Order: sequence, then C-alpha cells, then structure tokens
Amino acid sequence: MFFNALLIALREIRRNLMRAFLTVLGVIIGVAAVITMVTLGQGTTQAVKNQISSLGSNLLVLRPGSGFGPRSTSAGVPRFTTQDAQAVMEQVSGVAAVAPVAQTSLSTIYLQTARTTQITGSTPDYFQIGKWTIGEGRLFTDLDLRSGAAVCVIGETVRRQLFGSENPIGAKIRIGKSSCEVIGLLTAKGQSGMGDQDDTIVVPLSTLQRRLTGRTSARSVNQINISAEDNTNSDAMISEITSLMRQRRNLSANEDDNFSVFDTRQIAETLSSSTKMMTMLLAAVAGVSLLVGGIGIMNIMLVSVTERTREIGIRLAIGARAREVLLQFLVEAITLSCVGGVVGIGIALGLCYFLAQVIQVPFQFDTRINVIAFIFSAAVGVLFGFTPARRAAKLDPIEALRHE
Amino acid sequence: MSVAPSTPPPLIELRRLTKTYGKGDAAFQALRGINLTIQQGEFVAVMGPSGSGKSTLMNLLGCLDTPTTGSYLYQGIPVESLNADQRSLLRRHALGFIFQGFNLLARTSALENVELPLLYRGIPMSQRHALAREALSSVGLPTKMRNTPAELSGGQQQRVAIARAIVTSPSTLFADEPTGNLDSSTTKDIMELLTRLNAERGITVLMVTHEDDVAAYAKRTVRVKDGHIESDLINKL
Repeated sequence: MFFNALLIALREIRRNLMRAFLTVLGVIIGVAAVITMVTLGQGTTQAVKNQISSLGSNLLVLRPGSGFGPRSTSAGVPRFTTQDAQAVMEQVSGVAAVAPVAQTSLSTIYLQTARTTQITGSTPDYFQIGKWTIGEGRLFTDLDLRSGAAVCVIGETVRRQLFGSENPIGAKIRIGKSSCEVIGLLTAKGQSGMGDQDDTIVVPLSTLQRRLTGRTSARSVNQINISAEDNTNSDAMISEITSLMRQRRNLSANEDDNFSVFDTRQIAETLSSSTKMMTMLLAAVAGVSLLVGGIGIMNIMLVSVTERTREIGIRLAIGARAREVLLQFLVEAITLSCVGGVVGIGIALGLCYFLAQVIQVPFQFDTRINVIAFIFSAAVGVLFGFTPARRAAKLDPIEALRHE
Repeated sequence: MSVAPSTPPPLIELRRLTKTYGKGDAAFQALRGINLTIQQGEFVAVMGPSGSGKSTLMNLLGCLDTPTTGSYLYQGIPVESLNADQRSLLRRHALGFIFQGFNLLARTSALENVELPLLYRGIPMSQRHALAREALSSVGLPTKMRNTPAELSGGQQQRVAIARAIVTSPSTLFADEPTGNLDSSTTKDIMELLTRLNAERGITVLMVTHEDDVAAYAKRTVRVKDGHIESDLINKL
C-alpha cells in the first residue's frame, strides 16, 4: 500500500512539475539558509581560533590599564619598563620567554610610496613568542638591540605595498624622520578578523626609543608579551604576574590593578563563544524561513486539494479508500519536502564552498547539521502535509465528482 | 445450519429503498421506496426527467452513497450496512464507472489512466501493463496508449474511460450519460462498444440516459419519476 502510494504520488508530482517546484521552493531556501548559516558560522569560529593560536600559543599579554577591547582604559596609567619585563622573566615560574613591546604609528616612505604603518619595537624574543618566522633575510639580533641599529624586519603587506615586485632586502626605507635598512621579511600569517597581522614593521626596541620616537624615558613599554612553558597553569601564572606587578608599581592593598593580564586562550574562548552565539542566532532566523517554507507547502497542498477535488473523486469512485487518498497526499508532501531538503543541502554546500573563499574562513562540512536540516524538512512535510491530506481523504465521492 | 439456496441471488436487489436529503422542514425525499431486481448479464437503461431521482438511484446502485431506509443487496451483500471503506473495496473489486465528462486524469497517459484501478488493487507492474494494453486494444485504441486526454478526441477519451472501467473485469458497469458529450456517430460507436461488452463478456451494464435512441441499445428500460419507478419494460430479448 505504501509503495503504491509512493508511485501514485510520484506520478502526481510529475504531472505538474512547476507546481511541485514552487511548492518546495520555500523548503529549499529554508534548508539552504540554515545549513549555510551554521556552516559559515562554524567556519568563522574556527577562523577566530586559528588566528588566536597564530598569535602564539600559551601567550599571556600584560598591558597597562584595565580591560581589553573598546572599554579598556589606559589613559594616564603608567606604562611598563624593560626592567618590568626582566623581573617577570626572572621571578615568575613557568615563563619561557618575555618580550617588552613598544608600538607607535609612523609614516613610512620608500622612493615615491608612502603609507602609515604600525611600528613595533621589541627584542628578538618577540618573534619566537609571536610565532613569527623569517621568510627572507634575517631577524635582528641582541647585538642590533644593544647598539640600536637602524634595521627593521617587515611584514608581507608592507613589502607588497612599498616594494611591489622589488626585492626589499637591503633597501633603505624612511620611518618617521629616520632611515632604516630592511634586513628581513616575515612569513605571511594571512588576513585575520583582528586586523592584518602582516601589516607590520618590527625594529629593535632601542631603535624605536632612540631613533624613531625619541622617547627615551624608561616607561615606554606599552605591552609585555609572555610565553608560558608547556603544561603550565595559566591561572597560577596570571596571579603570580599580578602580585609581582602590584608590588613593582607600589599599589597599596585598597587600590585596583592599573594593568591587566590577558591569556590568549581565554580570549579565544570568549571570542569563539560569541561567534557561536552569533551562529545560533543566524541559524534560528534561517530556521524560521524553513518553517515559513513548510507553511508554503501546506498552503499549496490545501489549494491543490480544492483544485484536484475531481481527481480525488475519480480515485474514490474507482475504489480508493479514504486512507489511501490520505497516504497519497501525505506521501506527496513528504516527497516534495524531502526533495526540497536534498536540493537545499546541495545548494547550501555549493554556496558555503563559494562564500567560505570569499570571506576567507575554512569550509567545514558538518554532517550533523545537514542531517538535522534534512530530518527537519521531512518533518515539515509530515506536519504541514497532514491537514491537506486529511481534507482530501474526507471528501465525499459524489460531491467530488460533481466539482467543476 | 443454513440451507444453501437452490438458485444464486440476483445481482442487484433493492427493497423499499428510500433516500432523504436534509432534515426537518428542509427534508427532500429523492427516492420514495424503490423495488428493483437486476440479474447478472442484463443491459438496463435508467431514464427520467431531471430531478426524478435517477442520479440518486445510480449513486446508490454504484455504492457511492447509502440509502436512508430499505435494503440493497449486491450479490447478496447488504450494502446499506457497509462503511465507506468497505464500499470502496466493493467498487474496486466488482464495479466499473464511466461518466458523461469522461473524468480521466489530466496530463496522464491513456495507459496510466487505465492502470489506475489495477494500482489500487495491488497488481504487479508487468501484469498491470499487460491488462491495461489489452483493455485499450479491446476498446479500439491500441495506438493511443502514450497519449494524454488533451491529445484525444471526445470519443477516444470515452473509450479510454471504458477501458479503465473494464480493465478489472467488473461484474457491473455503471454508465452515467456516457454519450452526453458526444456527437451522433461517436455515440453509435460507444453504444456498440457497450453492447458488445455486455454480449461478449457478460458484463451487466446500468446506464443513465435521457435519449430514447441511446436507451434503445439496452434490453430493459426503467423509467423513474418523482422518486418512484414509473415503468419497467423489456425492450428486446
């Protein structure tokens, strides 16, 4: 009986392909939207995780002021000194490397090309902590740091914009008012949601202080990057660093911290939980469109019960039972919604593959969401196919045959 | 302890059959006590003016409807006590229908239209195709199997409808004004086809018509008026 109903339903669908297409369009769009949203959302979450781990694993960042992001307050708060960095290295257990960082924004000029770039002054450990590797040339050394040599290492974006196809190694660029020799090119890390990490010029900290900013005062370090040894408890490290810095900054017991320590792993978790939230939200909106698609099926099926009254009358007259008519309409609705689900999944995968490249997030095929979306679309068919099917089955054969 | 009847029951036996539509003051009695017996193999024309109750009678005979009172025995089965599904099964296995408006499924080939009753009977595909082809051949349409109703003339459509009605080898064929939409020469073809099916296959034919020349093909004419049988005459033996 079920096989027969399927055969009859398929013949009815074939009889009016255009109507069938319009019926399932809503489900196709709904399923495609849900899967696209979730897949891209998960890709974004993964991308954020990748970017944060590319900043350096086990990375702790010490900054003046409180908070991170737009609400941070660092105005009027004293910065750090290189001695602070030294103290962290020597007194906190589990520290693998420490790099004091000073940053400033300056115009850089090579021949006729000028642009403003973030200039970072630090120590050679900065590269190791930040997982930077050298592409061409060399990194600066402790010797360069001690002498305050006029050398710099540039990122891929800077190379592309200032030098184009030229070889940058050995060239002299103007940074602010000084001239600086390019000694190395960093391997590209790629575009990230947190800004272009490759848009950077790194110079020895002493060079930045003496030649570029002229700010030679001790408190010129605006950030200290700390990498922890593997398998260390970052919470314990954070509290050790905090008590050390409170002591070094002479904070009394009733004063708040005027600096903060960030753990990149925590930041990663915060960011990925907010992108997950975003994904859920978008999926919910897309889910509503799937529901609307289901109502579309019900609408067209209801209309088609009226339109097909005579057909139902013929079937009843030649001996179809009410339950067979019910099954036929139900199977039609379920078949349509399942086909819609499959087509929707196909479209979603194509769309995700394409969009993932456009917005540069990894394309991650998630079997679970595809299965869920398909089951949901089938359920939509059962749910919204039932009312029209029951209406069809309840028709009186004489009335139905008389229907014009 | 039942005694087997010496003769089989008649095909159709109506006793004091009435049908009332509506209730109370609005009640309308369409049939007012019909007694009618039809034997296997008869060809009966039911005639009468519109509103006489002949359509109601045909719907009851075709097991599409149930009587208000009275009894209807079809091959000894009390139809008035069957529910809708049981009547569906009776129609499926014993009855065939043809209509004035042909009532074929649109955009569906002649073959698939004829197959439809077999599909509900659960006949396997190869056998279904063979039976449907045979039925279409027997009504003179062996070359039109792939055509849809829109590609066929009125007479051809009615032939497809007849093929659909006889493909299950029913014991009774109900024809509701089968030639009402056809011209005179096609009417003659269709009536000769029905006469042949009655004569060669022994299918009982019950036909509603209001044209005397169409009724003349039948062996017996029942005239209905105001819910009563007005006359019941044998045309020919």
